Formats: sequence, structure tokens, C-alpha cells
Amino acid sequence: MKKIILSIALVLLSLFCFSCTNNNKNSVLKIYNAGEYIDPEVIEDFKKEYNIEVIYDVFETNEEMYPIVEIGSVKYDVVCPSDYMIQKMIQNNLLKEIDTNKLTNYENIKKSSLEISKQFDENNNYSIPYMEGTVGILCNNTLLKEKNLPLPTSWKDLWKEEYKDEILMQNSVRDAFLVALKKNGYSLNSTNKQEIDKATNELITQKPLVQAYVVDQVRDKMIGGEALIGVIYSGELLYILDEANGEYDYSYILPKEGTNTWIDSWVITKDAQNIDNAYLWLDFLLREDISKRNAEYITYDTTNEKAQNLLNDLYDRKNKITKDYTNNNNEVFKYLGVDTENYYNDSWKKIKSN
Amino acid sequence: MNKKTKNIIILPYTIWMICFIIVPLLFMIYFGFTNKLNQFTIENILSIFNQDNLKSLILSLELSLISTIICLIISYPLALILKNMNVGKSSFLVFLFILPMWMNSLLRIVAWLTLLEKKGIINSFLLLLGLPRLDIINTPIAIVLGMVYDFLPFMILPIYNSLTKIDDNTINAAYDLGANFFNVLIKIIIPLSMPGIISGITMVFIPSLTTVAIPNILGGGQILLIGNVIEQEFIQSSNWHRGAGLSIVLVIFILIITSFVDRHSEKDDKILM
Repeated sequence: MKKIILSIALVLLSLFCFSCTNNNKNSVLKIYNAGEYIDPEVIEDFKKEYNIEVIYDVFETNEEMYPIVEIGSVKYDVVCPSDYMIQKMIQNNLLKEIDTNKLTNYENIKKSSLEISKQFDENNNYSIPYMEGTVGILCNNTLLKEKNLPLPTSWKDLWKEEYKDEILMQNSVRDAFLVALKKNGYSLNSTNKQEIDKATNELITQKPLVQAYVVDQVRDKMIGGEALIGVIYSGELLYILDEANGEYDYSYILPKEGTNTWIDSWVITKDAQNIDNAYLWLDFLLREDISKRNAEYITYDTTNEKAQNLLNDLYDRKNKITKDYTNNNNEVFKYLGVDTENYYNDSWKKIKSN
Repeated sequence: MNKKTKNIIILPYTIWMICFIIVPLLFMIYFGFTNKLNQFTIENILSIFNQDNLKSLILSLELSLISTIICLIISYPLALILKNMNVGKSSFLVFLFILPMWMNSLLRIVAWLTLLEKKGIINSFLLLLGLPRLDIINTPIAIVLGMVYDFLPFMILPIYNSLTKIDDNTINAAYDLGANFFNVLIKIIIPLSMPGIISGITMVFIPSLTTVAIPNILGGGQILLIGNVIEQEFIQSSNWHRGAGLSIVLVIFILIITSFVDRHSEKDDKILM
């Protein structure tokens, strides 16, 4: 019995010492980012340059991230959510204001990105723009031609019988609803129940034409020629073109009714314990060379103007395929409040179980 | 072994069970019976009667029942053959059936995706032979296939185990007394292997009923089973209360089904005696 007590005491003691050493090391930074959303070597370089220990975790969707930050069981210092989620986090008092004077590279951010950010972060106080883009329709030109089908030009085309079983839709509430709402000329931030109901019914009628509702699998399915058209984020295009290795030709179409313009930004959480390191991290990411590397790795559009200038080749290639941020009907997602959010979620469940 | 050392040996398991089984269950019950304002409510439980939730529960029951029956139909003859070959439990053949369980089940399901896809391996092969395409991806059939493939070993092994326990003399005695193979099977082998069948059924039916990944991957997100509904409540809607409430309903369903199956097995034992 004595031995057992002794061994338990030893275990406790070693645990205590271990936590002590952890506490003594102040230079830690806890990062919570979307999956595949940074060049991994950038993190390594940051560690080396500032001699800071980095704890790096990833999430798949904003919805998955939110309760973890809200409950605060892990106190992340910096997080990279999307527009509407940032608005929700600001409203629920989960974020800390960022003193942009402390960021030497703040000037690198595109003015237009900061302007768009104001729709969810009124005075640009809480978020540092990272990547931006749109939601559109990706088409496999080669296979469409083979089957003598026209390129879609509007969200309405996703309801056409001729594309039956060739359509990939996004498996997330807001992205799926944006298609149906925009098709009817409604706002993608609609809180009008009649409009949402109409969108719900139309998504139900569309369901037999849809091959699958997917998130990350859109990439693989489009690369493999599994589906002809898919709703996708603009940034995925170059990745898909490179992976398809010339087997298929693709184009990215922004429907004429307008679409969603999105921005993913870095924020500092209310519970952040390593504020100084968080600022170092944000400033590091805003450096033009680092932004350039991230943009090259992720293939999404950077919000860093200087980095963009360094990436002329990449952007030339993109522009050739498509680029249209100027449609006046484009909108940013906004947080719609608990009730509307629940209404959307229930409607989505109705569509999926139908 | 005195009582003290016995207690000490049991202690880690008790702590383990309290931390990872009892406490989570209590959490689930707490969340299931409260709302966001922490007030008592049974609304979360009643939400199972919501048309969409009920629909997916019924569909889950249907699909898992079908896959359990298919598993049983495949496994029983196979286990009989294995027993009659008298290969012993450590043989290569039995090992072959356990082998898939060494691989992560998610990986095996993703493998089926690449097999079944429109431009997948099976269809390319069929195309090569000039045969019509197999079009089952993103349908309930693909989900049942995934369930059967994933959970088949859990049916084979318990049945095989209970079959090997049957004394050959019992079977030979039946033959001596003039029973034909069919009679022996119905009156001797099946009743004696009932415990294996029962545990096989529970081990296939319950994971099929609660699966989340299989409908997501092989069903193309088109088919919502009860597991997906609960997942959606937790992750998409972050409504842990309703998610927990639906989980409680599912647990109750599983308890009813297992107790029903258990009772039947007891009856069979009595008949035999």
C-alpha cells in the first residue's frame, strides 16, 4: 500500500513539475486556423525567427470552431474565421480590439479588402484580412463539350434537367442557400421567412439533379471528372487546374445574378494570453514575402497588395480564367442572429432529409 | 488475493469507466433535459417527433436492419464452412477475415468511394468489358454496402466462436438418430449458436444505426440518417441540447432493441433444455 501511495505521489509531483516548466515558458502562441490554410513552412520560420513555441490546431468549418472558442476550454490567441462568423464573435464579445498601430506592415493590406471588411467589422477594429474570394460555378469544359452541354451562366442553370447527376453543391447551410436566394434575386442575407421558404422548396426540387453535397471533396471530384459542374470557392481553381495536369480544362463562372464575396481574417480572442506574440504573428503574416508564400501555397487571393504585386504571374493566370469582383449584386455574408440562424438550419435539415 | 489488492487492481478500471462512460452519459442527460437557459425541458426529447428527425430515424432503422440481415445471411454459412474445415482459430483463413479490422474503418469507406464512383475502378472495368455502368454511388444501396462491408467481421467472429464451441458429438448423435442435415441445422446447430448470432446482430445493428461517416461519404450527403442529424445539431447548429436529446432517444432505442433480442435468446435456451 505504501508503495502505491508513493508512486501516485511521484506521478503527481512529476505532473506538477511538467506544468511548471510549461508555465515558465512564456513565449507560446496558440493558433486556430482553417485546415490547409497556411504554408506549413511559414509556421516553422515564425518559430525560428522569434523563438516562440507554436501550438497549431485546425478546424473544418466556422460552425465547428465557434463553440470551442466560446467555451474557451482551449484558450487560443489567434483564430482565422470568415466574415459572418467574425461578426457573430464581435456581437458575443469573444474578440479583442486590435491596435493596428502596433502592426508595422498594416499598410500592405488592400484598401478594397478593408472596405469590404467594414460590412462585418464596422471600424476594422477586430480583424486583419487574410484571404478573399468569391463563390462561383466551376465547370469541366472538356467533358461539357464532349456531352454537348453549354457552360452555365446563371444560378438558374443549376436547376436544368440536362445537368442531372452532374452537379456538386456545397454541404453547408449558408453556401447552399446563397445559390437559391441569389437565383431569385433575393439577398443572401435574407431574414424574410417567405424568401427562405421559397429557397428551401427550390433546393428540394433541385435535389434529384444533384450528384452530391460535399465540402472538401469538391476538389477531388472535379479533378477526377466525376462531376461536370460544382459550386466552389474561387481559390480552388488554380489548385484543381494544377492537379488535373492538363487532362481536363476548367473554367470558373460567376453567375450574373451576383454571388458571395468573402473574406477570411485573423482575429485575437478575448481570452488570449499571449497578446504580444499574437501581434508578432499578425505582423509576420502581413509581411509581403510571407503573404506571397501563403498565397502560392493556398492558391487563394491574398488581401496583401504588395504580395499581389509579387504574384503577377499567378494573377495573370487567374485573370485569364475569370475575375469579377465588380458585380453590384455581390454581397458579404452577415451574421443573422440566433432565430434566423436556427430557421436556416432547420430548413437545411428539411432539404437534406427529403 | 486479498480484498485490498483486488480493489487496487480494479481501481484504474473504475476511474476509467467513471471518467469516460458515466460522466459523459450524465453530461448527455443534463444537456438533453435542459435548454439554452439551463431550464428543465423535455422539448429536446420530443424533437424526435419532428417530421424530419423521425424520417431519418426510420430510414436509419430500415437501412441498419437490412444490412444486419445481409450480414447474417453472408456470415452464417461462412462460419459453418470455417468450422467444418476444422482449421482452428489461429489459422490463416480466420486471420484473413480479421485482417480488414486492422485498417481504419474510415479509410475502408473512402476506398469504396473510389471503387464505386462514376469514373471509379469498378465502372472503368465494366466499361472496358462493354457492360452497363453500376450506378449506386450516392444512393441508399451504397450506404448498405458500406455498412455490410464495414461491420461484417463483427458478425462472422462471434458466430464462428459459438459454432466452434458446439461439441461434435452432439451433432453426430443427431445424425445417428436419423436426422438429416436440415434437421440438424435447425434443431441443433442454430439453437446452440444462438448466443453468437445474438451478439453478432447487436454488434452490427448498433454501429449501423449510429453511423455518421458512411452516409456522408458513400451517400454524397444526400441521405440524412439519425447519426447525421445529431452531428448536424452539434456541429452545424451548435445546439448541444437538442443533439443530446436526440442521442438519448437513440440510446433508448438501442436499449429496447437489445433487451428484446436478449429475451428471445433466453427463450431459445429454455426450449433447448
